[in-house]
Amino acid sequence: MSSTTLEAPAAVPADGKLTKKILTADHPTWCPGCGDFAVLAAFYKVLEKLQYPHEKIVCVAGIGCSSRFPYFVNSHGIHFIHGRALPLATGISLSRPDVHVFVFGGDGDGFSIGGNHLNHAARKNIKLTYVIMDNYVYGLTKKQTSPTSPQGFKSKTDPTGAIDRPINPMKQLLASGATFIARTHAAQVKHMMDVFERAIKHDGFSVVECLSECVMFYEGSFDDSTPRKGGVYDIIDETQHDTKDDVAAFKMADLPSPGKFGVYYEVDRPTKNAMEQKWIDGTQAKLGGLSQKEVLKKRLEMMR
Amino acid sequence: MSTATASAPASSAPSSTLRNAVIRLAGNSQDGIQSIGGFLARLAGRTQHDVMTYMTIPSTISGGPSIFQLHLGSGHVLTAGDEADVLVAFYQHSYDSHIGSLREGGICLYESAEVTEFKNERGIHHIGIPFTAATIEAIGGSARDRGKNMFVLGLLCAVYQLDRDKLAGIVERQFGKKDESVLRNAMLAFDAGYAYPVGDIGTFIFEEGEHKDEHRLSTDGNTLMSMGLIAAGVRYGSAYPITPWSSIMETLRSELPKYGGIYVQAEDELAAVAMTIGAAYAGHLAVTGSAGPGLSLKMEALSYASMAEIPLIVINVQRGGPSTGLPTSVEQSDLLQAIYGSHGDCPRIVLAPQDVEDCFYIALEAGRLAREYSCPVIILSDQALSSRIEAFTEPDLDKCWVEPGLDLSDRGADFKPYPLDKITRHAPPGTKIAGKYPHVSGLEHDEYGHPSGSPKMHTAMTAKRRNKLIDLSKSLPLPEIYGDQEGDVLLIGWGSTYGPIKESVERLRAEGHKVGAAHIRHLHPMPAGLDRLWAKFKKVVVVEMNDYGVYGHGQLAMLLRAAYAEPKIQSVCKTDGLAYRIREIVTGVEKVMAAN
Repeated sequence: MSSTTLEAPAAVPADGKLTKKILTADHPTWCPGCGDFAVLAAFYKVLEKLQYPHEKIVCVAGIGCSSRFPYFVNSHGIHFIHGRALPLATGISLSRPDVHVFVFGGDGDGFSIGGNHLNHAARKNIKLTYVIMDNYVYGLTKKQTSPTSPQGFKSKTDPTGAIDRPINPMKQLLASGATFIARTHAAQVKHMMDVFERAIKHDGFSVVECLSECVMFYEGSFDDSTPRKGGVYDIIDETQHDTKDDVAAFKMADLPSPGKFGVYYEVDRPTKNAMEQKWIDGTQAKLGGLSQKEVLKKRLEMMR
Repeated sequence: MSTATASAPASSAPSSTLRNAVIRLAGNSQDGIQSIGGFLARLAGRTQHDVMTYMTIPSTISGGPSIFQLHLGSGHVLTAGDEADVLVAFYQHSYDSHIGSLREGGICLYESAEVTEFKNERGIHHIGIPFTAATIEAIGGSARDRGKNMFVLGLLCAVYQLDRDKLAGIVERQFGKKDESVLRNAMLAFDAGYAYPVGDIGTFIFEEGEHKDEHRLSTDGNTLMSMGLIAAGVRYGSAYPITPWSSIMETLRSELPKYGGIYVQAEDELAAVAMTIGAAYAGHLAVTGSAGPGLSLKMEALSYASMAEIPLIVINVQRGGPSTGLPTSVEQSDLLQAIYGSHGDCPRIVLAPQDVEDCFYIALEAGRLAREYSCPVIILSDQALSSRIEAFTEPDLDKCWVEPGLDLSDRGADFKPYPLDKITRHAPPGTKIAGKYPHVSGLEHDEYGHPSGSPKMHTAMTAKRRNKLIDLSKSLPLPEIYGDQEGDVLLIGWGSTYGPIKESVERLRAEGHKVGAAHIRHLHPMPAGLDRLWAKFKKVVVVEMNDYGVYGHGQLAMLLRAAYAEPKIQSVCKTDGLAYRIREIVTGVEKVMAAN
């Protein structure tokens, strides 16, 4: 076993060029027509562009249709339990500054069972990128109401239409303290790629809500933002919207469906990763170069 | 600062020597009686004596009755003592509640301004001393009752003819970090107590300590467990505060940065175990912990760790349950939860330290087993171990230190995370893989980690996860039998009851019974062939601090009966939230022996 010095990942090319072919793993288990295929394709393309060392890429997910994502990427991957992908990814990110951590999941995983973890990973500003594939419905369990289902949506758990007010993901994320917040759409591959790339390059907790239609259980959910179905895909004009202005972002998040797409908020704030490292460096500087074993020996001697 | 030696108290009675003394300090939780006990315990370690302490604390933030009991001895001390030789009572309620715990002819030192009604019985010597007034007089000014604990410490130092300079040195080290006036006042109060004339009870001198030629440490179980984890190579983990676990996470939080590590305070128990699994997946030895309620919250993720075969240490500092229960009392009622509390068939390792010293070595062993068997290891400590102080031989780090490190060596094209014929060795992120990259999965999976619903694969993988623990079981040595190697009764215990059970064996043998005892540190899997232990005994009595349950047996007794179908296995259990007294075990065992 070797002790390795871990340093922040550099965007250096891998030994061989990272291509979509290399990155492809199992054939996705998603239904034909599912929006998640496009998200996966966009992710491959962004990785092709970024050319991170292959072994430094880690995909993490919880439970749900979209959370099968890691199996479809030929990279280090871990498929965890429902709702806890973010704390798991936090453990990886904080202990391994040398890897790129990507988390994928759906609206149930992110906003319902794992809702509190989203708040805390965001306020701690953990260095990772989280893509929430939001389809407004529970798909894997076959059509129950989700935390983002609009009121009136008929599901097996709301046969007369959803009663509860849905979560507003952008407002929720702004309040939580996330430092990069964006919204995109699975039917807009070019926009999705741009947003993913910016999110990945952000030094902090970056989260992207990606509307991704469930053709089995909520067909037509995003028609109003799909131009070829007569909708409007309204991209944020960043010459007009200051992405550092959280109040403006909050107001924008209140626009009626389909709302706006793009980067709502982007701000630099020290990550927990960096602040913990600063504490470590400061603490170790006072130890006068003792080996770790000597540090513990001295600590035990204090109990004499 | 004043460290001049105060004159020893005038005493009309002579000094007598002794090997053991039990001192019970009874007051309220804000009186600082824990620090009196802590100083004396530390002194014992420094003078080659042995010590064990016992304390109760109310679960309120401030206030409420509290005791600290200290058993000092020249030889080995195994328990905190059944009866006290000296009781220090700060209030009437302290006196009323604890005078019964004083032995016949014992000494009661009481605060004369508070205790006014006495039970003059059993030849007890009552000595009234104005702790508060004498402290105020010594310190002067507006000292109020701060410092009276130091006065009592000085008093006890004189009564037991303890090494005054060493004790003062320990006090100085403790207070030296604070404002100079704090240390000065503490020493003034201490010296006033040391010089106070206690009357005709005489003084006592301990025989010389038997622990020569070795460095002795004295501390509590939680602190030592934290040190053991660091020695084992733990550098990462996460937890959520809960009594009586919190002090381990506090220690790791402030210690780990020295070693380049990070301990994260998570938003809840579920996040804590998830972050820890994340760090473990990332290639580190990582630890999470809690008390019983928190362990329940971690159960889903622990089942995942069994399925995904993630090495991980989980500490459960048990307390009285169920639910919020008795949060500051001791109980051993989480054994079945630790072994079987998760959904599905999810084998994992469960260990229990037998005393404070063992907290260090069990942490090391947990680290080794987690890595070797690539699965979660739960350590069942308890409230008594967490806070009691014991003296023990300083661990030899040169022999046990584990250098942490990541194995990121390249893996070949044939790399499989879940080979059916070998124990899993994960390739953490950052490892170059010549073939397909591995997936770590909570879905049933094939050898490459790909989801598999195959009935054959689930059967084979379930067996893989179980068989590694069977291999471990075969490799574990049988516990040694203490006392008689055959005879009437074999006592079996686990966890913090080690000392009381050992002393009970001596008591029962002195009464003419043929009795032995075995202590089980590996609770799951247990060492194979445990039935060889009791083959030559008529009965087996499992002594536990949990309930008899619906079928009349404690949790470990139930497991042993299930594993060995042995009807001679019986139980002695209790659920009063207090550590076992010797006489409780002796009475319980005698009852089982009588019931033929």
